[in-house]
Amino acid sequence: MFGAGGGTSSYEEIEHADLIVLWGSNAREAHPIFFHHLLKGLRNGAKMYAVDPRRTSSAQWADAWLGLDVGSDIALANTIAREIIHAGLVNTEFVARATTGFDEYAADVERWTLDEGERVTGVPAEVIAALAHDYARAGRAQLCWTLGITEHHTATDNVLALCNLSLLTGHVGRYGSGLVPLRGQNNVQGGGDMGALPNKFPGFQDVESEEIRAKFEARWGRTLHRERGWHLAQMFEAIERRELRALYVLGENPIDSEADTRRASAALGELDHLVVQDIFLTRTAELADVVLPASVSTFESDGTVTSSERRVQRTRRALALPGDAREDLDILCALAARLGHDWGRPTAEEVWDELRSLSPMHAGMSYRRLEELGGIQWPCWDEEHPGDKFLHGRLWAEPREGPPAPFFAVEWVPPIDELTDEFPMRLTTGRRLDSYNTGVQTGGYRSPLRRPETLDLSPEDMGRLGVKEGDVVRITSRRGAITAPVHADPALRPGLAFMTFHFPDETETNVLTRDDWDPKSGTAEFKATAIRVERLAAEVVG
Amino acid sequence: MTITSPTAADPTPVSLRRRIELSVDGQPVTVHEGDTLLDACRQVGVEVPTLCFLETLAPVNVCRVCVVEVEGSRTLVPSCSRKAEPGMSVQTASDRVRTSRRMVLELLASSVDLSLAGDDVQRWIAEYGARADRHGPAAAPAAAGERDRARPGHHHVGDGLSAATVHQPAKRDNELYQRDYSRCILCYKCVEACGEDAQNTFAIAVAGRGFDARISTEFDVGLPDSACVYCGNCIAVCPTGALMFTSEADLRAEGAWDEDRQQVTRTVCPYCGVGCNLELHVQDNTIVKVTSPLDHEVTSGNLCVKGRFGFQFAQARRAAD
Repeated sequence: MFGAGGGTSSYEEIEHADLIVLWGSNAREAHPIFFHHLLKGLRNGAKMYAVDPRRTSSAQWADAWLGLDVGSDIALANTIAREIIHAGLVNTEFVARATTGFDEYAADVERWTLDEGERVTGVPAEVIAALAHDYARAGRAQLCWTLGITEHHTATDNVLALCNLSLLTGHVGRYGSGLVPLRGQNNVQGGGDMGALPNKFPGFQDVESEEIRAKFEARWGRTLHRERGWHLAQMFEAIERRELRALYVLGENPIDSEADTRRASAALGELDHLVVQDIFLTRTAELADVVLPASVSTFESDGTVTSSERRVQRTRRALALPGDAREDLDILCALAARLGHDWGRPTAEEVWDELRSLSPMHAGMSYRRLEELGGIQWPCWDEEHPGDKFLHGRLWAEPREGPPAPFFAVEWVPPIDELTDEFPMRLTTGRRLDSYNTGVQTGGYRSPLRRPETLDLSPEDMGRLGVKEGDVVRITSRRGAITAPVHADPALRPGLAFMTFHFPDETETNVLTRDDWDPKSGTAEFKATAIRVERLAAEVVG
Repeated sequence: MTITSPTAADPTPVSLRRRIELSVDGQPVTVHEGDTLLDACRQVGVEVPTLCFLETLAPVNVCRVCVVEVEGSRTLVPSCSRKAEPGMSVQTASDRVRTSRRMVLELLASSVDLSLAGDDVQRWIAEYGARADRHGPAAAPAAAGERDRARPGHHHVGDGLSAATVHQPAKRDNELYQRDYSRCILCYKCVEACGEDAQNTFAIAVAGRGFDARISTEFDVGLPDSACVYCGNCIAVCPTGALMFTSEADLRAEGAWDEDRQQVTRTVCPYCGVGCNLELHVQDNTIVKVTSPLDHEVTSGNLCVKGRFGFQFAQARRAAD
């Protein structure tokens, strides 16, 4: 965000916020301990808006729920922006001192009147206006989101639309005001920090910068690629073009987690060579030419991970490795040796110290300090620096430090998978409290809360389709069809259906989803599938 | 690292708060505005027994074992919640204080199984001369569900020859928790952790009155039919072993639970991106319990069902060896 890939606030700040906007996030179930901090904010008097197509268990805590149509987030954000501008609630001082591009942005959102916003999003105009006014007037406001914003073909634009709102109101760069993307996995932030991005070296340093690349080339003693690499969706396309011929997959189960399972599976079958390094023989590993049994990173090896508040924390080995399994670092070094590069047998701390010598934002984070301080939030420039609770304070410095933050006008585009008479219902996907992603890990414990996969429908749709709880239905999208029992969920509005992808062995939800991806981030559109639901005749079920 | 009270609305650093001078057992002590008498006692090294107090929970003042005498106050005051005021003169070892604490410990020890309540409780019982046997032999345990059916106003008075107790069979209605209310001192910590102080799920509360009071789900339904989401935060704060993970209860039943052989390793939860720290309690290369440090500012000791119980996948790998 504004040049740094991480959330701008600390969890602590939401406890002291005046207004909380939770957008496309069911944190109550997907990020339960963050929600504890949010609840403290509510107990301390904060007002809360929930923006979500479903009236989730998170939304039930909100003062108002904005049940927008799936994929209309940019329309809603632009309508909020126009209302803030027309009501004279823009933080003009902040916009003048810290931003660029306001005039173009204001002109761009001008067509998003409250009526137009209501027409496109389905949210009543007065509720949109109330959110706009409360957000602009709040002393401290936290704008939080999760995959409801990013699992769309317009993922990056969705995020920019929210960033624009923070610039318009000055709700960034101050204690209590910020932008909070909640990360879905324990080290997705750390993966980015460490340069597991097609265009970045560790520390979000640009691969295409001559100066940066020279620094890494000098340290590593070899020439590095000048161009950015591919993100996941581009890799799959490259496989289909037969340009990418070998794949080394570490700790990922793309056959079950990628949208459009059948296409992903077919692509992996096309490869000349597939190596999978994992803790389980996943369905992806079953396809592999070579499987390298790995360690459970947070239980069986030493290292660090980075959380959603940019906090780098130590993980430590608590269990001995089973069977032939080896630590990931050990496997990588052994592989390098076979390929003719002697990397020795470095410890996790030695690798981390090399990283600190190359990534200025991690420079002050020695293992000793991470231990003493219970983790450190980046940036941490040197061993005296405590780490930053919030980012972009520079925008408020007198005079402003660094470049201004630009507004990016973004255009609303509806979901690709169009609703038609043939496919009249919208299916969206998400997680449940006690399960996680493709269920590889959570399938291992006996949760009293767990129930098998269902197609969740509104009671109205169940009446219309003539089905009752537990009836098995066929769900058809433009990609494929599956069957599942029906479950009534009053949190759903008519026309909206919900499934998880926790139980791919029983119910292959991602057979239905689209793999159209956001050209900027490579994230697939898991959240917006057009489907048709049909009751199965009793004999078919039999 | 500091522990933030769940009720603190004000992020004012401690260093900016007003200073308050008072005395504890004649020793002068300076604390900050908002600090309690318990804070003042601890600062001068005076031990005050506590049962229902926990740094991460709002005080509920129910156990009365932390009472102290404040000059000019008609009644004894609970030190865990009473705020320090300038010029207070506090006595922690007067006859009145010692008698009151002895009575609390004696009544609890005679009616509740305190065998897993920790070494401090056993030491206090001895130090204060609390004699659980003074009330006669323990009455026969209640049948399963008997205490849960007690209604206000219908309390059955005992025969005067035996000590009334809360003894009853342990409850096991799901695969993750055991609830053994023979060990429950009604400290309310589980209720607070399930309620406003942390989880805000409100699956349990105190039902009944007087000696019939007990922790209960709504209408005493089993946990699977209650609002419970199995975060285990009630178990994490239970001071007497009344609430226990089945993994621990089973090992104890087999006589295999051995804390001296357990290593506790701090790491980070393998699930979502919040970054909760886990303490893995490992015995014989097997995770037997998961907790989170109270002073970890991300969790304040709380976890969700995945972090608390979702470690089995790592064990399953070993079983398959």
